[in-house]
Amino acid sequence: MLRIDKLNFSYGDMKVLWDVDLEVHPGEIVTVVGANGAGKSTTLKNISRLVKPDSGGITFEGVNLNRLQPHEVVGLGIVQVPEGRRIFPEMTVTENLRMGSYLKATRKFRESNFEWVFHLFPRLKEREKQLGGTMSGGEQQMLAIARGLMANPKLLLLDEPSLGLSPLFVKNIFQILTDINKEGVTILLVEQNVYQSLRISNRAYVMETGRVVLSGSGEELLNDEHVKKAFLGM
Amino acid sequence: MSIFLYSLISGILTGGVYALIGIGLTLIFGVMRIINFAHGDLMMLGMYGTYLLSTFLGVDPFVSVLLVFPAMFLFGGLLQKALINRMLTSVAQNQILLTIGLGLILSNTVMLIFTSDYKTVTTSYASSTLKLSENVSVSAPLLVAFSITAAITAGLYWFLQKTDTGQAIRATAQDRDAARLMGINVSRMSILAFGLGSALAGTAGALLMPTTYTFPQIGSVFTLKAFVITVLGGMGSVVGATLGGILIGIAESLSAVYISSGWKDVAVFVLFLLVLLFKPSGLLGKSRT
Repeated sequence: MLRIDKLNFSYGDMKVLWDVDLEVHPGEIVTVVGANGAGKSTTLKNISRLVKPDSGGITFEGVNLNRLQPHEVVGLGIVQVPEGRRIFPEMTVTENLRMGSYLKATRKFRESNFEWVFHLFPRLKEREKQLGGTMSGGEQQMLAIARGLMANPKLLLLDEPSLGLSPLFVKNIFQILTDINKEGVTILLVEQNVYQSLRISNRAYVMETGRVVLSGSGEELLNDEHVKKAFLGM
Repeated sequence: MSIFLYSLISGILTGGVYALIGIGLTLIFGVMRIINFAHGDLMMLGMYGTYLLSTFLGVDPFVSVLLVFPAMFLFGGLLQKALINRMLTSVAQNQILLTIGLGLILSNTVMLIFTSDYKTVTTSYASSTLKLSENVSVSAPLLVAFSITAAITAGLYWFLQKTDTGQAIRATAQDRDAARLMGINVSRMSILAFGLGSALAGTAGALLMPTTYTFPQIGSVFTLKAFVITVLGGMGSVVGATLGGILIGIAESLSAVYISSGWKDVAVFVLFLLVLLFKPSGLLGKSRT
């Protein structure tokens, strides 16, 4: 479904990604784990075309993304829930969600998508009229995910959805991600919460200093000595 | 008392038209984080457009808005597409130089064509007044200008609040990258914002023509005024710019009557400094982190 081939990227003179190869198949939950600065978020930004790679190709369902603008990538069905939530602070919950289904192709599903996300996140329904910027971190994360779902994603990219949330919320978010996946949305997840994310993943990649150093099924990596030592403190 | 009422009302009416200029500037700033130093010159173009339509085709200045608005919208959109969109990722100094340069080119081109003579339009109603009570009357053309302004502002507000495109403009202003991730074509939103801003400035120019005169350099006065209005109301806030415009109009009008017309700019800047002293982010502005 998504295929990244020898992706290289630098911020100015600083090289951040080295020959990253990554694949996501339809229906999967794939996680990229790694420490801060390993290049996880940068990989997602490259997929969404917010930044442009030095070399290497990204294709989605056979379409080369290299010449596309960010909004055209969304049109293909790749929707990113960015790090730090990035909801529109001076818009209401409803308006934020409407922006999720801004594209004409998804606008006609707006009503049914509203029902879907309010079913997944009943809390958002209670806060319909509230301004995004005045909500708690956990609620904002729900809103950010719900806003992403409003776009009818085929592939949902999530950048650190558990960052800064209370343990209870974290558990809740991971449960919802598995639910969304069961409804047919393929998920590419970037996480520092290694244990939780590997548990729900079909496959995972480990990134260190801009390179993919390890890959395998979620279970394999959970039992991997290197992963245990580096990320799980065991 | 009637003098006070008269100058208060005419201050509000003029301020409404100023607000239109300020709203345009604040819209452009909100979406692109650039200050359009050519804003007054775009207003000047609107004035000359109305002058031409009125003098050579006999179009009523208020009716000319119907042509000036779309023409300035297209012109502004074109400027954005051809020039300003290329500079959005550039350093601030370059953006400032670009819009200042653009303003200079506009005013000098107009001077080349029309010379620096003052131009006015003549209407049958230029000095007609409406009696509000025994002693208080207001200028009829100013009242019409204000009404058109109010209608346009209300329409714009509805557009920004209720339509998908209007909401996308606000989303782009609040978080450009997040807007991109929603599938919003942010460079198109920028074109739309600059087009709308230019159309509002040009329309304000058209509306002022029945009660004032124009010359090629009039823009610089209004760029400064628009900037003061925008900062006063809070950068990026449409409601703030409306409020700011009306406050500036009142300050000018009252100081002209009670001190002297030479002092009206002093009053405006004293008001400006006071607001900044006590609320640096402007009346309705939010401090940015």
